[in-house]
Amino acid sequence: MRRLFVILALLTFGLLTFALYEGVVAAPTEQTMGEVQRIFYYHVPSAVTAFTLFLINFVVSIIYLARRSPRADALAVSTAEVGVVFCTVVLVTGPLWARPVWGIWWTWDARLTSTLLLWLIYVSYLILRRYSTSGQTPVIAAVLAVFGFLDVPFVYLANRLFRTQHPQPVYFGGPGSGADPRMTFALLMNMAAFFAFAALVVWLRFRLERARQDFEETQALEALLLPDVRSPR
Amino acid sequence: MKFLYAAYAATWLIHITYLALLSRRYRRLRDEMQEFHKK
Repeated sequence: MRRLFVILALLTFGLLTFALYEGVVAAPTEQTMGEVQRIFYYHVPSAVTAFTLFLINFVVSIIYLARRSPRADALAVSTAEVGVVFCTVVLVTGPLWARPVWGIWWTWDARLTSTLLLWLIYVSYLILRRYSTSGQTPVIAAVLAVFGFLDVPFVYLANRLFRTQHPQPVYFGGPGSGADPRMTFALLMNMAAFFAFAALVVWLRFRLERARQDFEETQALEALLLPDVRSPR
Repeated sequence: MKFLYAAYAATWLIHITYLALLSRRYRRLRDEMQEFHKK
């Protein structure tokens, strides 16, 4: 397993390096925004990766509610945590792109506000999981995850449904949308690289969570089976 | 260009910080397990 992980990590590193080259060097410079438009190759793949991780979190949360599977719960917390990391990247790279292009760091339009709300929902989910001591925490967290996911389609559709500062969709935006094929290739390479990287990090986080679950189960069993010598009779 | 570099650097800073935190949690769990098995 360790050998497979190392091989996949090396392949991912190679893909990330190639994708970086495609985004920074090979893709043509956009005419209106210039070099700063290349933030697109990190900003958009990070957003798509975060949405995908939240979708997996949504599905495994439903599975957990139906079957109470510890594996589903471990995958739910892993995807939520890594999703928050990618969503943080979106919220940091967005303003760094907005400032030179729009002249402002932030605006409270539908797309930006709903993305911030999404981040806050999943941060709340993680805080709940970290600090709640109730035995029902995974169930409450799964319910929060199911309803929290409803914000994801809203974020995606925000610049289609509302007049926003955020630009209209580059892809799937109807007639006239799309980009230079070399830009699309750079975007797809970065998306593949970020997906591969996210999968590896989720794998690491999942293994940690499973080890923690096993350890807590062992502790609980030991507490049940061994007589408590400290308690007075 | 400084905004482009800042965005790319911030992305990797966030990811590396998270990986460092994850590694610390692995170490902490391993120490807790060793402590538990010693008892």
